[in-house]
Amino acid sequence: MFDPLLQPRPEGLYCPAGDFFIDPMLPVVQAVVTHAHGDHARSGSGRYQVASAGIGLMRERLVQDALIDAHDYGETFRMGEVEVSLHPAGHVLGSAQVRMAYGGRVVVVSGDYKRDPDPTCVPFESVPCDVFVTESTFGLPVYRWPPMTQVIDDLLAWWDDCAQKQIPAVLFCYALGKAQRILAELALRTEHTVHLHGAMLRLVESYREAGVRMVPTEPASESARGRDFAGELILAPPSAAGSPWMKRFSKASTGFASGWMQIRGNRRRRGYDRGFVVSDHADWPGLIRSVEDSRASRIYVTHGDGDTLIRHLRDLGHDAQSLRVLRGTDNESGG
Amino acid sequence: MHRFAALYAELDRTASTLAKREAIASYLRDAPAGDAAWAVYVLGGGKLRRLATSTELRQALAASTGYADWLIDESYEQVGDLAETIALMLPEGDGSLADEPLQTWMEQQLPALAKLESADRVAQLQAWWRALRPAQVFLLNKLITGSLRVGVSHRLVVQSIAQWSGQPTDLIAHRMSGQWKPTADALTALTHAAGDDEHLADRPYPFFLASPLEHEVETLGDMAEWMAEWKWDGIRAQLMRRDGHVGLWSRGEERLDGRFPEIELAVATLKSDGVIDGEILAWDAEENLPRPFTALQKRIGKLKPGAKLLTSAPVCFMAYDLLEYNGSDLRERPLRERRDMLAALIEGLDQALMLSPPVVADSWSALTVERQQSRERQTEGLMLKRLDSPYRVGRKRGDWWKWKVDPYTLDAVLLYAQPGHGRRSGLFTDYTFGVWDGDTLVPVAKAYSGLDDKEIGQLDRWIRAHTTDRFGPVRAVEATHVFELAFEAVQLSSRHKSGVATRFPRILRWRTDKGIADADKLDDLRRLASG
Repeated sequence: MFDPLLQPRPEGLYCPAGDFFIDPMLPVVQAVVTHAHGDHARSGSGRYQVASAGIGLMRERLVQDALIDAHDYGETFRMGEVEVSLHPAGHVLGSAQVRMAYGGRVVVVSGDYKRDPDPTCVPFESVPCDVFVTESTFGLPVYRWPPMTQVIDDLLAWWDDCAQKQIPAVLFCYALGKAQRILAELALRTEHTVHLHGAMLRLVESYREAGVRMVPTEPASESARGRDFAGELILAPPSAAGSPWMKRFSKASTGFASGWMQIRGNRRRRGYDRGFVVSDHADWPGLIRSVEDSRASRIYVTHGDGDTLIRHLRDLGHDAQSLRVLRGTDNESGG
Repeated sequence: MHRFAALYAELDRTASTLAKREAIASYLRDAPAGDAAWAVYVLGGGKLRRLATSTELRQALAASTGYADWLIDESYEQVGDLAETIALMLPEGDGSLADEPLQTWMEQQLPALAKLESADRVAQLQAWWRALRPAQVFLLNKLITGSLRVGVSHRLVVQSIAQWSGQPTDLIAHRMSGQWKPTADALTALTHAAGDDEHLADRPYPFFLASPLEHEVETLGDMAEWMAEWKWDGIRAQLMRRDGHVGLWSRGEERLDGRFPEIELAVATLKSDGVIDGEILAWDAEENLPRPFTALQKRIGKLKPGAKLLTSAPVCFMAYDLLEYNGSDLRERPLRERRDMLAALIEGLDQALMLSPPVVADSWSALTVERQQSRERQTEGLMLKRLDSPYRVGRKRGDWWKWKVDPYTLDAVLLYAQPGHGRRSGLFTDYTFGVWDGDTLVPVAKAYSGLDDKEIGQLDRWIRAHTTDRFGPVRAVEATHVFELAFEAVQLSSRHKSGVATRFPRILRWRTDKGIADADKLDDLRRLASG
């Protein structure tokens, strides 16, 4: 099968008619990048097309002198013979779906996306198309996200409980997207300062510069030596768990915010005290709804264990296929 | 139900024993006694039997959600727990049954469920699910499928009751031993001060358990203070005769009465009443040795063994200790006294009830030499008991040690994997290993434990990427990885394709330094089995 708009290649997903790659793994001449997570935005390509909303994060992520063109959501631009536009994906700040129109056909590569509300980014926009490429990180019906208000209730209750016990509460979450979403959700409920691991500082700053309102934050590492973090909430990337950095938070209760925490076995196995179900990916109903909303006649499924989603979509009467795009593993986008 | 569901969630959230004990004690303080009694019962591992089959639960789930069977199976494979899979997949219920007390569920609703025709049972399950919140659906399903698995041991429940009631742990343990009935009265009786305990007349004592010896045996000090005996491999049990009534209880506190008539007959001939701690073994009278555990398995399941089985698979009770003599509790007396009384009590009896003989040696090094005979004697090694020790409750370190012989080992190739349960749900953690029979690999052992979490994760990813075939939840994988397995024994078996059965296989280490050609051969195992 040759599709002039879509071709998997070793470098990544290629658009022959436009001569560009979407989220290439390796350096290429022309790249369209859906969002700033490390497994999608990689340095070394000649030129990048990104959504304006995410330009600050992209500058943060790519080498300083990278050539980056920014486009407003919905604005059409030409790449070769293809009309391209970027549309909100609701995944993280500046995340985009890539719409490609050529020869009367429309293909949408949705990248990573979610349907749940998120105060840090523009909500997912459903773009009608002939071919819809979807992720399937959480491609099983057991993944249904609870309302964020409920998760924040639990989080605040845990924080209160730690305050009562006079111990720190360390919440592990991915540094780009998840952390800012939690800080922004907290801002709707409290003005209490949250302490941050060093790896999150610049990313949180980027979000603030983009106008996202979050609770006040302070770098945990700049606190005076021997500072007592009892009763404080600290956000850190999962890689900090078990590291010497944790020593300053003696007797801390630990939590992990991830879609994988939906499953009890995962919660118990990870060894965190608490699991909070927060994901920047679509849950199962979100995946199905997005496929239906696209009204596409063909669905391609990338990412994760896509076989289940494909088979279910076929049961529902869709022409669903797997699209194997190699993607490095990257801890930041894992759920 | 919502109160117990909240307790469950709290227990599930913490790994701290202290916090769990606190949570249970606090629940016991607040809950109605009837509910609390049932909570104690199910947390301690008690269950109602045969309420609904897993097929019926799946049918009800399919009917409630409209999902295809294969999709339910895939989800279950990922989650590893049917009760949880259901709670995660169902549309959220309205909570109208959330206030129904645990006691009502356990005494009325669930027993009534068991009596329904299968189709009605499926409909009833759906109706309940519609009326409960997800956390309660999960718990209800857990009660139906039988196992709570929330990291609470029977011991922890006993400690929680002790904390709540202010009575000593050992007394609570004793009062709860045997088949404790979950009623409000029984729960209240647990909390009374010591003294008036006639209801204990048919109960066993809580068992004293040995810990594995992890240091050099010489660190135990003067050998004259210790007694050694063989570590027999059978069913640990208490044999009792009180006022002429005979009873037999397993360590799992199941009644074994009637299953082993030759033992009951022997105890009936004793000169006095008593309670004896010991081991039930399949016994080979000619060799004067126990027979392999597989021989005992033939007897375990038989409620009323026939004459033929009694002749072909005879058992004996190997006595370790005397806990009670003519109605008086001996547990605080030193072991040396209890052993003397035991020897006197059972002297002259036939082979159905015999004294576990001391293994005599005049030095630790001489004892180490004796221990090398463990396998020839069909035992697992030695037990070391301090002669001054009382008979304690549960696993208390210091006075009793098990000193097992080193296991056999073999190098085997990973052939199949299937997802685990509980803490390991959703990961491929149940492995089948094979060795060479000519130029094919045949399965000889299943093992679940021995790898650390990092290795499990690594192997799980590898299995997903190198699956060659699927049989339901089981995946066949490319023959690539070699593991060193340990096992306690190997027996010839016609029930296994390989012709051998390994006992207690577990993984010692992942041999990344070995290729599949280095794996062991079936012939060697067969030779070992034929002894």
